[in-house]
Amino acid sequence: MGRAEVCILKDLCKGCGLCIHYCPRNVLEWSDEINVMGVHPPKVVNKKECTLCNFCSLICPDLAIFIKEKLDAR
Amino acid sequence: MSIAEHPLSKYLRTELMPHIWCSGCGNGIILNAFIRALDDLQIDLNKIVVVSGIGCIGRIAGYLKLDSFHTTHGRPIAVATGIKLANPQLEVVVISGDGDLFAIGGNHFIHAARRNISIKVICANNFNYGMTGGQSGPTTPPKAVTTTTPYGNIEYPFNLVHLASAAGATYVARWTTFHVGRLIASIKKMLLRRGFSFIEVVSQCPEMYGRYNKMRSALEMMEWFKRASVVADFSDPARAEITSDRIVVGEFVDAEKPTYEELLYANIAQTTIKRT
Repeated sequence: MGRAEVCILKDLCKGCGLCIHYCPRNVLEWSDEINVMGVHPPKVVNKKECTLCNFCSLICPDLAIFIKEKLDAR
Repeated sequence: MSIAEHPLSKYLRTELMPHIWCSGCGNGIILNAFIRALDDLQIDLNKIVVVSGIGCIGRIAGYLKLDSFHTTHGRPIAVATGIKLANPQLEVVVISGDGDLFAIGGNHFIHAARRNISIKVICANNFNYGMTGGQSGPTTPPKAVTTTTPYGNIEYPFNLVHLASAAGATYVARWTTFHVGRLIASIKKMLLRRGFSFIEVVSQCPEMYGRYNKMRSALEMMEWFKRASVVADFSDPARAEITSDRIVVGEFVDAEKPTYEELLYANIAQTTIKRT
């Protein structure tokens, strides 16, 4: 576990919250900062729980999130 | 971090990002699914053309970094037919909305399906005319409130998958934006096959449709798709009407038939031999 790196392109996010709601492991949460769109982008709170299911990046309408797999983590 | 670092940024005109679609709009998910299908198949980008019509989803032709054409209202299939017949080696994909393909462009759609020309059509069905202010259209469900039907819609909507299969399409599928994985698989299947193929993507329009129909956000519309959708592959498309508590999704038709461009070029070859 903990192989994933969740990359969030904060300034592309429009704050729909689909990634936060549909993450099966509750990896993401609303952040306190405000981006150029005037919304709160998500932040990673539970990085170790991420299982690389990729659903957050598939369901993001703004292409603002993607997952990288860290191959040297083991 | 900028969009250039996104692993799929080579398929996008990154200078136009972020796109104009509203927060949580299903069109973004369709764009996302389409470029993921292209990436999975490693399709040569010089061999694919995307044609789009007018409407919110019509902007997709501008956002994709490949040969694309943003046509007049309702005519993407007519333009795509021309492209396919002029150069049958090209993969021609039409991505457009329900108002564009089935209201003003309804005739083009049924006749392209009847001819079985190898055009791949992805239709984003958001139940209304989102770009022009949320008027009711040919897919608005009965009793739905839109800006032109403030007391509820009294018309019966088109069942797009039934229409496509009855008109002769050889591949017909319906997914919602919630079923992204299956949608990507379906787009990949569609890109690899011959003949007229049609995918209806039931898509959320939180600003212009959801807001008036007790679904205030994209999330609530997605929850509706999740709750109401029933996966039933190869079921009868005539019974696959979209209602508030049942959205039948899945592949409905997958058939083989000689395509129009094959028959046309065979016909041309035959008549040329006769003359000489």
